[in-house]
Amino acid sequence: MNEVERCIIVGASHAGVQLAFALRTAGWNGDIVLYDRDPLLPYQRPPLSKTALSGEGTMKLMPLKPEQAYTKAEIDLRLGCSVCAVNTAEQSVTDDGGRKTYYSHLVLATGARAIVPPIQGSERAKNLFTLRDGQDVNRIRQTFNPLQSSRVVIIGAGYIGLETAASLKKMGAEVTVLEREPRVLARVTSPEMSAFFTELHRNHGVHIACSKNVTAINEREGVQQVCCADGSAYTADMIIVGVGVHVRQELAKQCGLRVHNGVVTDSQCRSSVPNIFAIGDCSLHPNAQYQRFVRLESVQNAVDQAKVVAETLAGRCARYEAIPWFWSDQYDIKLQIVGLADGYDRVFFRDESEGNTPSFSYWYFRGMQLLAVDAVNNAKAYVVGTKLLKSNAEVNLSRLQDLNTSLSLDALIAS
Amino acid sequence: MAKITFITRNDEHYILEADSGSLMELAVQNGVDGIDGDCGGVCSCATCHVHVNTEHMEKVGAASEIEQDMLELDDNATAQSRLCCQIDVSDELDGLVVRVAR
Repeated sequence: MNEVERCIIVGASHAGVQLAFALRTAGWNGDIVLYDRDPLLPYQRPPLSKTALSGEGTMKLMPLKPEQAYTKAEIDLRLGCSVCAVNTAEQSVTDDGGRKTYYSHLVLATGARAIVPPIQGSERAKNLFTLRDGQDVNRIRQTFNPLQSSRVVIIGAGYIGLETAASLKKMGAEVTVLEREPRVLARVTSPEMSAFFTELHRNHGVHIACSKNVTAINEREGVQQVCCADGSAYTADMIIVGVGVHVRQELAKQCGLRVHNGVVTDSQCRSSVPNIFAIGDCSLHPNAQYQRFVRLESVQNAVDQAKVVAETLAGRCARYEAIPWFWSDQYDIKLQIVGLADGYDRVFFRDESEGNTPSFSYWYFRGMQLLAVDAVNNAKAYVVGTKLLKSNAEVNLSRLQDLNTSLSLDALIAS
Repeated sequence: MAKITFITRNDEHYILEADSGSLMELAVQNGVDGIDGDCGGVCSCATCHVHVNTEHMEKVGAASEIEQDMLELDDNATAQSRLCCQIDVSDELDGLVVRVAR
């Protein structure tokens, strides 16, 4: 056992970096060691599928914090360095350089890795990429720019797939998106929103094909084809796979933590071992608003969980009770989501579009309980939805549906 | 080149110079306390809220509709409020003073 007060954080993306700095703000005087396998100074992830991909000139990643800020906050940043083993008995981690470091508190912010499904021929495929980190984006850019013809097939129509489609289209690619489910964004949004995004992409010249189960990638005479179970085939100079992620939970398993598609934590982000915490994409945590365990892949979740752990380690009582929010930018469309719509039994639509610019919102309810709001180019609906969810007040449904009632918290609270 | 002053909640003054990028990027890259820019600068998170000195309001121009709406998430929003990811640095901003919102 060691006596040193040292917080080791594994993973230096939004959650890990936020935690390191929040610990200092919260008054933690112990050591802070922050590891990441990625050698790049920690950077913003959401722009990767958007401006970092489509931006002109050399790839620009936006650092989360400038390098000197780590020094100033006395954060021992160990980049390009993987933690390969944890010894919970002696409270130490060992990295891939064989260096052992002791901790008093360990925080797993290990995130997730992009899934590459076992598609026949994928291991030999040319120009096949996932899009998860800065190096992925760099590889895509370096490969794409010199291509003679630029037929890109994107496998998977989730947010990453669709944002990447929009960016590549902007870069001049001929883009096809293949989705296994009958609609785009099937796992994450309603049929109404799926229909909107399908039309949006088609209007921008992206070919969207659903119910396409990709079974093989073949090459004949230098031409690469993505083949589907229904016999269709799509020529691809480049292939991007965006079919979801697997949680990086090997270390958690090694520590003997409870793991179930994510590291199971309590509302303080504490795992089943009291001095080990899990935050960000890798955590499966209780959500008070929805009364169930959730695992969220979002900046909001990463940042807010980090703040909770910082407060907890500083000896104060903090609970993670934030209402989840998300956003996605595609073409000139801004989607903002607050809440989790899963389990809704009715949805109300407010169309406030003017001219050719869409501006609308979908409001998801279970019974009288508001679950979530999807707002397209309509920050007002997003903001009012956020306030309603926080207040837990009953929503006046007739006013919600009346377009003569302008959106405000006061107007929508039932009375 | 524009010289821009950020005043933090602890009354620290950061006098920074830039000729491009957004005010938020400038603040984050210089470690100005209280400017987080969690969404990376796309007006989605409202964590880069500043109050612009009254005499400089005209210089920075008006907030867009979406920015005005996002500001309503913050109870401390005033007529001087801006999300500084939505303010592009230019020579015209030389001498600008903004205060990080509470």
